[in-house]
Amino acid sequence: MSAITRDEVAHLARLSRLALSDDELDHYAAQLDAIIVAVAKVSEVAAEDVPPSSHALPITNVYRPDQVRPSLTPQQALSGAPAVEDDRFRVPRILGEEA
Amino acid sequence: MSTETLMAYDEALERFEPVLGMEVHVELGTASKMFCGCRAEFGGAPNTQVCPVCLALPGSLPVANEKAIESTIRIGLALNCSIASWCRFARKNYFYPDMPKNYQISQYDEPLCTDGYLDVEVDGRIVRVEIERVHLEEDTGKSTHVGGATGRIQGADHSIVDYNRAGIPLVEIVTRPIEGTDRLAPEIARAYVAELRELMRALGVSDVRMEEGSLRCDVNVSLMPRGTSTWGTRTETKNVNSLRSVERAVRHEIERQGAILADGGRIIQETRHFHEDTGATTAGRSKEEAQDYRYFPEPDLVPIAPDPEWVESLRSGLPELPRVRRGRLQEEWGASDLDMRSMHNADAIDLVEATVAAGAAPADARKWWMGELARRANEAGSALVELAITPVQVARVCAMVAEGAVNDKLARQVLEGVLAGEGGPDEVVERRGLRVVSDEGELSAIIDQVIADNAAAADKVRGGKVAAVGALVGGVMKASRGKADAGRARELILAKLGVSE
Repeated sequence: MSAITRDEVAHLARLSRLALSDDELDHYAAQLDAIIVAVAKVSEVAAEDVPPSSHALPITNVYRPDQVRPSLTPQQALSGAPAVEDDRFRVPRILGEEA
Repeated sequence: MSTETLMAYDEALERFEPVLGMEVHVELGTASKMFCGCRAEFGGAPNTQVCPVCLALPGSLPVANEKAIESTIRIGLALNCSIASWCRFARKNYFYPDMPKNYQISQYDEPLCTDGYLDVEVDGRIVRVEIERVHLEEDTGKSTHVGGATGRIQGADHSIVDYNRAGIPLVEIVTRPIEGTDRLAPEIARAYVAELRELMRALGVSDVRMEEGSLRCDVNVSLMPRGTSTWGTRTETKNVNSLRSVERAVRHEIERQGAILADGGRIIQETRHFHEDTGATTAGRSKEEAQDYRYFPEPDLVPIAPDPEWVESLRSGLPELPRVRRGRLQEEWGASDLDMRSMHNADAIDLVEATVAAGAAPADARKWWMGELARRANEAGSALVELAITPVQVARVCAMVAEGAVNDKLARQVLEGVLAGEGGPDEVVERRGLRVVSDEGELSAIIDQVIADNAAAADKVRGGKVAAVGALVGGVMKASRGKADAGRARELILAKLGVSE
């Protein structure tokens, strides 16, 4: 029984907008399965008294005061953009692939 | 545009029971954004309020704005919620360019505030709206769709994005399903949003301008056939941008869904868009395929664990809440339920309160704001608060009437002058010469003339027909161009004619 099915990998690929071929799906499903099985070994050593955690450090409440700091200039902000129009980031058509 | 059939509202209500759900987003009025120091102000030139954090440039890390956390907790407390002792932000993953990160930092199964309520008043009935959750997230950027016929996303050639708004702290307030509204569903939906808006104002956490999008409302509506108890499929109408639209959107969905269900059709769970011009909704994105956002705890931000002492100090620092305040003012002013309701609906309570604070009697303050000034605002199509007159000026007009310097008719002209930008009340009186004729000699001369000109009426009065004096008083008012004190004129006329009442 594998930890992740081929269908689940196909679903994730779709959500991630990755066009995977059938061969690639087989390939990645096997790899991801191996990774998940490896990571799952943690639960073999984590006893009941070790709660699941999302963060490596036991700290909470790290905040900044509500103070304005300088922003980038629009030129700097847009300098890495593949396309720019009217000082805005220009992006390809949003709807279409599902339409 | 829409050729769909609607069912008459009354018939829909006879056959079905509506169930509502409201999701309201409030942009917090912090100085800086949620996770970076960029200015959080509305209306800057495109992409002038962005930095490596809110543009998600590599190596940047978010740090939560303490004021935003505080404001969210205060909102939760004001809504009678429990405040989580420990909770986390979550990543909501999706592909849509309104966020440069390909995810939005939000909260998922651990909202900061849960299980509260807000009481709203509709037609003298108190409806308790239960709040499921209040959570904190970041707003998205603003997309403009280019190349389509209508500026809408459908048919656009490409889009351009301004990320100034991306990362502004956004609080989402979600109700539990609201049942038992019966035919008041549209009014209750509206009253809920209005009350929430007032609450945000009282807390000072947001400017809650629906037209600028700092308060946005999504309305969920479903119908269930009378006599059953299984909820129908709901639709979610997005971005309903005024209180009036909230009411219209609910009503329209009831009429639309009623027609479909009565015809044996089924409601599709979908997002719908409200159209301000027609009051109709049209289908948007279908939710047949459940969204899969792959939420997971945000690794870049550590958990929030509000110190209980801090939460208690925030609780004790809450301002007087709007409904409590309205109750107190009603008592202080000796106003009826109906008067309070109409002042509340006209957004006049703050104005009347300020006018009373400036020295006016409550009844006078209410009379001018809800009468002459409401009429003027209505004519101009603007809100009362937008009129070019201050509560202090209205209080001054009230004082002038009280001391007899002007009568009601002249006072209306004073208000007109102030609204026309002719200066304060005293200046307008001076410039327009609006003072009541208080010189008895002048008034007496006018009366003598009017009696002489209206001999027939005068004779009737002399003959004991006191009611005929009205015509003479009218003549005096006309001759003085409204500046005479009508009561005093009547007394003098009767005295001159040798008649007593």
